[in-house]
Amino acid sequence: MKRTKLLAAIAGIGIVVVAAIFVAADHIDAPAVAGSESDITDFYAFQGQNTDNLVFVTNVQGLLAPGSTDQAEFDENVLLEINIDRDNDLVEDLVIQMIRRNDSMYFFGPVQTGSNNTGLTSVIDTDAVRNSVKISTVDSVETAENNGMMFFAGPREDPFYFDFDQYNEVVAGNSDGFEDPGTDTFAGTNVLSVVVEVPKSMLGPGATGANPLMPDTPIYNTWVESKRKQ
Amino acid sequence: MKFSKYITISIALVASLAFVQCSDDDDNVIIADATCNDGIQNGDETGVDCGGTACGPCATAFEGTYAQEDQMGRPGINTVFGTDGMKDEFNVTTPSNMQSQFQPDFENKLLSLNPGYTTNALGLDATTFTTVLASDVLWVAETGTTSYFNGTQVLTGRTLQDDVIDISLLLIFGGPDGSENPMLTSDFVDSNDANFSASFPYVVAAN
Repeated sequence: MKRTKLLAAIAGIGIVVVAAIFVAADHIDAPAVAGSESDITDFYAFQGQNTDNLVFVTNVQGLLAPGSTDQAEFDENVLLEINIDRDNDLVEDLVIQMIRRNDSMYFFGPVQTGSNNTGLTSVIDTDAVRNSVKISTVDSVETAENNGMMFFAGPREDPFYFDFDQYNEVVAGNSDGFEDPGTDTFAGTNVLSVVVEVPKSMLGPGATGANPLMPDTPIYNTWVESKRKQ
Repeated sequence: MKFSKYITISIALVASLAFVQCSDDDDNVIIADATCNDGIQNGDETGVDCGGTACGPCATAFEGTYAQEDQMGRPGINTVFGTDGMKDEFNVTTPSNMQSQFQPDFENKLLSLNPGYTTNALGLDATTFTTVLASDVLWVAETGTTSYFNGTQVLTGRTLQDDVIDISLLLIFGGPDGSENPMLTSDFVDSNDANFSASFPYVVAAN
């Protein structure tokens, strides 16, 4: 009996651990990228403080502990690419390409896409407008501004919030639901964040009808990709 | 006075000699200093106006082909609707191919998460809802307020404040009027543990 109980307990732990791996906004979302420098944790796109601008926030490398956050680095072999589709064919019309070199993050674009940077493989368009910002540390914050665009890259508090532990309990069959109040499992953890603010005038018109729930609102389809140098 | 004038001229002469540069065609254009925008390779630059300690990297520093590993539009799509064996594939499928490739899997996953699913608060049946979600792009309004959902705006962006987990749980588990499965339609974490900044870069200091 004791042995059976022990096995059941071990099996139970196994379920919780496996469930823990497959959770959160996009943190560690799939086996091939989990825990790597190319693992995108979150993507946000919203109107800026200046309402003529849009802001794109890309977070990578989630669950950084406060004590070791400054040891985390953007990988020079990982290109982060914001994709913007203006005509609702789900193919990017513009990209903003972002990659670290030495102590700075470099930004190319927004630039119209060609065969070299559409789809699953990309070449960096070095003919596009180039900007850069020195990468911040936990204590030293650097931002840059040029031609109405603004740039930031460095560690930040993870803006994502979710009762991840209780979700695991539900998935594991140990609970019928969430608890009120819940507990934000991501409280106190950090991510590496890249923020770029862009005048909407650089993006051109969006497409009405793209969002059937808001059919009169002109919409951009946006997403972010991480791509590794071959 | 004369002596100090002599010193000044000498320093200027020495300085100009130290930094004298000729352009490639040697047309006797004298450059006062090695800068990153003088149109020639000088100082410790590794190319024309690039590389070295003072200038930005040369275009050659960005050469190469980069192949996709991860992607994300809306929050949690691959995490929630992906199934073992397809999550990696989803991350390397272009949005224009996602619907045909993954919508049936997404619908099956939705119905396994909530076997009682009929429609949700947006009035979308299982097929329509998963058709919207399968093309994993984040809709962003060109004009006006952006929000994942705020009562009037529906999927017009994603702000840092948006409670995307509760919105997603409500649409998956809440039924047509949001009242079904009340212990599954919110995680009861209603905001981030730190307040966001109203100004750039909006995300706040690391812990």
